[in-house]
Amino acid sequence: MTVLIAAATAVLFACGAWLLMQRRLTRIIIGIGLLGHGANLLLVTSGGRSGTPPLVAADGSTDLSQLSDPLPQALALTAIVITFGVTAFLLALGYRSWQITEDDMVEDDLEDRYLARRRTTDGPEAGVDDGDPHTSELEVGEGS
Amino acid sequence: MLALIVLLHFALGAVIVAFGDRVNRRGFAVAAIAPSATLVWLVPRLGDLIGGGAGGPVHLEQVDWVAGLDIAIDLRVDAFSAVMLLLVTVVGLAVCCYALGYFSSSKPGVARLAGLLTMFSGAMTGLVVSDHLLTLFLFWELTSVTSYALIGNDDRIPRARDAALQAILITGAGGLAMLAGLVIIGQSVGTYRLSELTVVLAENPPSGVLVGVAALLVLIGAFTKSAQWPFSGWLPGAMVAPTPISTYLHAATMVKAGVYLVARLAPVLSVLAMWRPVVLSVGAVTMIFGGWRALRQVDLKVLLAHGTVSQLGFLMLLFGAGTYDLAQAAVVLILAHGAFKAALFMVVGVIDHQTHTRDVRRLASLGRGWTTVKVTALVAAASMAGVPPMIGFIGKEKALLASAEGAFGGSWAVATLIVVGSVLTFAYSGRFVLGVFGRLVDQSAADDEHPLVTEAPAPSLAFVAPGALLAGLSLAAGLAPILVDGLVRAATVALHVDSHPKPVVLWAGFNSALVLSLIVIVTGAVMMLLNPRVTRLQAAIHRPIVAVPTAERTFWLLVSGVLRNAKRITRVVQNGSLPVYLMVILGVASITMLVPVISALDGSTPVIDTWLHLPVMAIVVTAAVGASVVRRRIAAALMLGAAGYGMAGFYVIQGAPDLALTQFAIETLATVLFVLVLRVLPRSFEDRTPAVTGSVRLLVSAMVGVGVFVFALAAAQGRDDVDSSSISMEMLERTVPDGKGSNAVNVILVDFRGLDTLGEITVLLVAGLGVVALARTARRTTLASNVLRSPVVDASVRVLFGSIAVLSLYFLFAGHNQPGGGFVGGLTAGAAISLVFVAGGLESVRALLPVRPWVVLGSGLAVAVGTALTPILLGGAVLEHALFTIDLPLIGMLKATSALPFDIGVYLVVVGLVLMAYEAFGEDVDDVDDVATATAPSGVAGS
Repeated sequence: MTVLIAAATAVLFACGAWLLMQRRLTRIIIGIGLLGHGANLLLVTSGGRSGTPPLVAADGSTDLSQLSDPLPQALALTAIVITFGVTAFLLALGYRSWQITEDDMVEDDLEDRYLARRRTTDGPEAGVDDGDPHTSELEVGEGS
Repeated sequence: MLALIVLLHFALGAVIVAFGDRVNRRGFAVAAIAPSATLVWLVPRLGDLIGGGAGGPVHLEQVDWVAGLDIAIDLRVDAFSAVMLLLVTVVGLAVCCYALGYFSSSKPGVARLAGLLTMFSGAMTGLVVSDHLLTLFLFWELTSVTSYALIGNDDRIPRARDAALQAILITGAGGLAMLAGLVIIGQSVGTYRLSELTVVLAENPPSGVLVGVAALLVLIGAFTKSAQWPFSGWLPGAMVAPTPISTYLHAATMVKAGVYLVARLAPVLSVLAMWRPVVLSVGAVTMIFGGWRALRQVDLKVLLAHGTVSQLGFLMLLFGAGTYDLAQAAVVLILAHGAFKAALFMVVGVIDHQTHTRDVRRLASLGRGWTTVKVTALVAAASMAGVPPMIGFIGKEKALLASAEGAFGGSWAVATLIVVGSVLTFAYSGRFVLGVFGRLVDQSAADDEHPLVTEAPAPSLAFVAPGALLAGLSLAAGLAPILVDGLVRAATVALHVDSHPKPVVLWAGFNSALVLSLIVIVTGAVMMLLNPRVTRLQAAIHRPIVAVPTAERTFWLLVSGVLRNAKRITRVVQNGSLPVYLMVILGVASITMLVPVISALDGSTPVIDTWLHLPVMAIVVTAAVGASVVRRRIAAALMLGAAGYGMAGFYVIQGAPDLALTQFAIETLATVLFVLVLRVLPRSFEDRTPAVTGSVRLLVSAMVGVGVFVFALAAAQGRDDVDSSSISMEMLERTVPDGKGSNAVNVILVDFRGLDTLGEITVLLVAGLGVVALARTARRTTLASNVLRSPVVDASVRVLFGSIAVLSLYFLFAGHNQPGGGFVGGLTAGAAISLVFVAGGLESVRALLPVRPWVVLGSGLAVAVGTALTPILLGGAVLEHALFTIDLPLIGMLKATSALPFDIGVYLVVVGLVLMAYEAFGEDVDDVDDVATATAPSGVAGS
């Protein structure tokens, strides 16, 4: 990890965040792609300095300390492919959104808005006569 | 054995609930099996447990549970546990018999009551025999939960729901406080076993603030459970439950759990400075307030409920004092209370059942055939009031004697409070009897709808018998105290090890307690005779203090306040806008990431590693910023692709050829997919109503950037502190001997971390299915092929396709030793497929393979899973690989590991995903356009 790579990672994340906070699904997908690049950059450089490709000769002649770190690479490879799967899925969402609304807007959830405006009943519900002979005449608390 | 009996309760309860309305009220007959089993187990052992009143041997059982935390189900039965077990079982049996008469009609939900009651009984049994504090807590909470279900069983009644909620909120909160206290005590003493705890604490008396706080927390739990002031509000509310349930839970058993725990702990914890003032004052206030309120009630059941609160306060006071003589009185009283209170509740249930009212103002006369009920009421109430020769009298006199003789400083005050409380108890016992005998009739309370009761059908003998039996026990034990003497003394010794309690006798001679008892009886009798005047006086006193909020009202104010504020908070944080949610998450994440690491920076990070990084990072950064600001969709997608190619270049420099190959292939494929989807969308972004305004967005993005920057630097420093490459070095060293390959990255993917890869391709499969399912919904299946084909493109694609396909296979097979592998190979094949698509459209892609894309996808996963599982059949571990050498004609010796089939599976999944994507997005646009117009709701389509 160097200051240069850290700065590039920061720019990728900032751009990704900027795109995520928008209403257009296309922009959100691109934002996720940039975030993925940033994360991979972090992963790979966390392995330390660059080195030669991690190929180990079968005869044991390779100096292992000169090789680049294979573990972050394996993790990043997985991450790249998964990001591709996610991108394809999000594109399908955008495609579906277009099929329905001819647009790829991420609308506000009206259900949430409605729930927020609705009045909740405060405290215990009013005593309703339940018609049960065993309980209907019960006066709880300070009856006199 | 005992553990099995406890388990039997829960199994039986579950069976009864499962059969539900098919067994109906007969469920109570089945339920009786459980307490009977406990009783059959207990009775032969009683002789041993009493052991001549000297503490006696105890029964121990241990079932390992969480061995790592030293939590075992330690069951320990001593004489005091036996007292509680007798209460739980005898009253339980009586309630089961009684319920058969009470639930004469076949109402739905009755069987569920029986089942829950059985489970509750199991929880209570477990509670009183648990030696380990944490298992005791477990059963404690189980009683809370089952009682919640029992109170709220008839969920159509709002009041039942409220009462159940109040009960579980109060006892649940108390239970949590108690858990904290128990853990503190257990940790500081070094054991969680009650039996060891009392021994250790007896030798080293507890002191210090921590133990004091812990004791207070445990007391809060006990106070809530036993309905002590100011937590007593839930108990009268719980009276909405059917009477058999109230009888069992709220009179005889569950509410005694708090008293039980205090009884166990008081002998060792009462040396704490805060203990006696807190327990004694809370107990006394509860006793007097409860009695006062009971005296004002017109509903017989609620009168008894407040009376129970009062009696629980009394018991808390006696046990909490922590002296053996008061504890002995309390043991007598806990038995007496179980018998008389259950009998009284049953009487109320019978009256309610036959007359449909419990209002004393309307009970003028019950008519003929009620003698047994009236006698039962009289005897049980006499025991409650402490009239000789009832067992209640013996207990109360012992309490008066012990407190008047002064076992500890200020016990005369306790004696005074007991006298006041007992006078009130006598008075409300009298009021109960007057009510049952029809002496409190008030014409003004009756109307046409609710007339006075002058005649009621006599109850059947079976319905009355359980209550009469319990009342009879109160009398019998009073007349012949020898029946309980041994058990009571043994129980007292079980609590106070070195004590020598006096025998339990009816006539203890002329002493101060007798004088006090006489004062109580005379004063109480006067108050009883002057009952109407007392009631008027109470009302007069109450008028000015009615404005003071009761604990009950405070509770509901608290609950509604919580709900209101939760709503307010929800309105702000849950406003339905995804961008706003993301903004909050990103903002919080970046700040929490920034704050702890910013101080760790030491400036040791080198500025640059190799100058080659500069151009590729410049490409990546420029492309990223470009993708964020351009207004045209296609341009933004291409910029993302450019950033990806920049990343691929970076991987080459970094010495990661596998990553570079993967990234190149992915970027190509992703760009094609973007183009396919974006061609249907508008050319430019236009954000008319941004959810988050530009400046806020910029601020949060900048915060994220700074946070990541600092985090990246700090994380890099952190890596220098540890032996950085131990895992990676080990993997490199084992690549050839264990992984049988040269490419460390591929060996990690298919072997060392093969299970991860298996999970990953499963995700890819799900994503592929999702893509097709989403994009192909509501679409016609037949397509008109109107792709314009160019012969030149066709020919070149045919040549290129073959070579790229061969290359992809090379990557696949060589991947174990050279850069490549299943992912890279599959993606390269995907690139070849893209070429075919560009030339001939979806039709040509479909023509490539004889099977549909989902078959490729599924068989890929099947091959991978099969390879992973095969070693198990051969006696190895999952994903264990072996090396094979195959001699093929023409090609020669082929060395391959069983990791190859796994990689083939990965390859197929990736190819399948690409095929799925084309299947989803690759259709002709004109055709899709028609469907979009057809499926779009008319109001939205034009926007």
